[in-house]
Amino acid sequence: MQKETASSKELLPHLFRLEYTKMTAVLCRHFGLKHIEAAEDIVSETFLKASEVWGINGVPENPTAWLYTVAKNKTKDYLKHLTVFETRVKDAIQTDELQAEHDFEFNHQTISDSQLAMIFAVCNPANATEAQICLALQVLCGFSVAEIADAFLTKTETIKKRLFRARTNLRNDNFQIGELQEQAIQSRLDTVLSTLYLLFNEGYSSRSNNHLIRKDLCSEAIRLVLMLAENPLTSTTDANALLALMCFQSSRFDARATNDGEIILFEEQDKTLWNQELIDKGNYYLINACSGNQISKYHLEAGIAYWHTTPTDDHQWEHILLLYNQLILIEYSPVTALNRTFAFAKVYGNEQGIAEAEKLNLTQLNHYHCLLGYLYAGTNPAKAIGHYQQAIKLTKSPSEKRTLTKQIEKLTILPGR
Amino acid sequence: MKDFVLIFRLSNPDFKPSPEQMQERMNWLAGIAAQNKLADKGNTLSVGNAKTVKGSNLVTDGPYTEIKEFVSGYIIVKTETIDEAVEFAKSNPIFKIGGTIEVREVLVHKP
Repeated sequence: MQKETASSKELLPHLFRLEYTKMTAVLCRHFGLKHIEAAEDIVSETFLKASEVWGINGVPENPTAWLYTVAKNKTKDYLKHLTVFETRVKDAIQTDELQAEHDFEFNHQTISDSQLAMIFAVCNPANATEAQICLALQVLCGFSVAEIADAFLTKTETIKKRLFRARTNLRNDNFQIGELQEQAIQSRLDTVLSTLYLLFNEGYSSRSNNHLIRKDLCSEAIRLVLMLAENPLTSTTDANALLALMCFQSSRFDARATNDGEIILFEEQDKTLWNQELIDKGNYYLINACSGNQISKYHLEAGIAYWHTTPTDDHQWEHILLLYNQLILIEYSPVTALNRTFAFAKVYGNEQGIAEAEKLNLTQLNHYHCLLGYLYAGTNPAKAIGHYQQAIKLTKSPSEKRTLTKQIEKLTILPGR
Repeated sequence: MKDFVLIFRLSNPDFKPSPEQMQERMNWLAGIAAQNKLADKGNTLSVGNAKTVKGSNLVTDGPYTEIKEFVSGYIIVKTETIDEAVEFAKSNPIFKIGGTIEVREVLVHKP
């Protein structure tokens, strides 16, 4: 008995993470999005009951099935209760979404259909992008408000406000979650992909020092895009390209930072830490992505990531520059501009790279100064140090400050200068 | 910021750029985009499939007007002054193959 109690304590948080969002999605699909709070309450109560009952009786043989049965019964009770209320108190008002006799099952198909529909419901263009990401983390990934705040380096109050507005929109959106319609997919798939792309980036490049949360964000984003790629309705070439990109990037996750969060430059990374399994998956989805004629920014970024993870080819940087050239023509961003310039310097040498970089004039960005520090390091250490110092002033991340200070030290002790 | 059209002219209709020349041009264009000063990446215009209409009864083959020089393409940049747009034009590789670039401000008519 003692042993079982202990294991229920370990098992429940794990199951909660795994099953909470699935069960909520299925119930929402059953009730309609207007009643998302009721769905969440039922699922929360189910877990509460599990913690009570399992603590006393031990963990049942099939814990997931136990959860599903209890949630199902609670739903029936809730609907019965509601019907009594609706019929006796409110004179038999029948709403479309609430039908007590309509039965449902928690099975693999229903769960994956419901979760897929939920992704599209959450990625509502009416919400600001940050709000969509917060909502995705809460409703699709089961993150707590505190965890979301940690990931965004924001106060919990701010996150709560964002979620409040986003949830109101979610309830009032009239999004038909019951059956995912072709039209809804077409009109929202771009938003869905871009939200999941940002969710991944938040994990991959955010300044949060919480390594575990960042890794979680990345793997959640991959899980959700994988759902899109596995469903024939949503497995577009863009979705496959995005998935390939995420696989390639994640393959370097463990190699790109030290244990205390210091960034390791690409050239200094221990390549044996790269995850070959993820690289292979990336290749697989990239091939899938290239079955059409369309080229999205996900294709280009996946291509760039592909060349980064591929054993050195003599023309590697020329390929990367070519892809960055195309990417910057599709969509300008300071990060793309800086990365493109780095690739340019790799192909044409640091001197031409410096000229190209200085034209960007992004003096307010620490990465601009990092790049110039790097490019000047070989020929003009004084200028390089100056740029690194600017970068230190502009960055908020302590680990980046340490990395940059080390670069300055390296330049200072060079003999004969 | 104002929009300026850069109009490219060439005189050799049979010119086919080498991969290196194409890459050089692409680098030039992406370099403008990287400064967030590209308003429209424009188009390349066909030389072979071209006619010039000079009236309802007067249509000639080819894009030529008076001299044997033709518009090969255009892009639109957004800069503060025409001088800045001219600086962009100066670094274009078209001069290596005897082309020219005309820079024209896009006029905005306020309603």
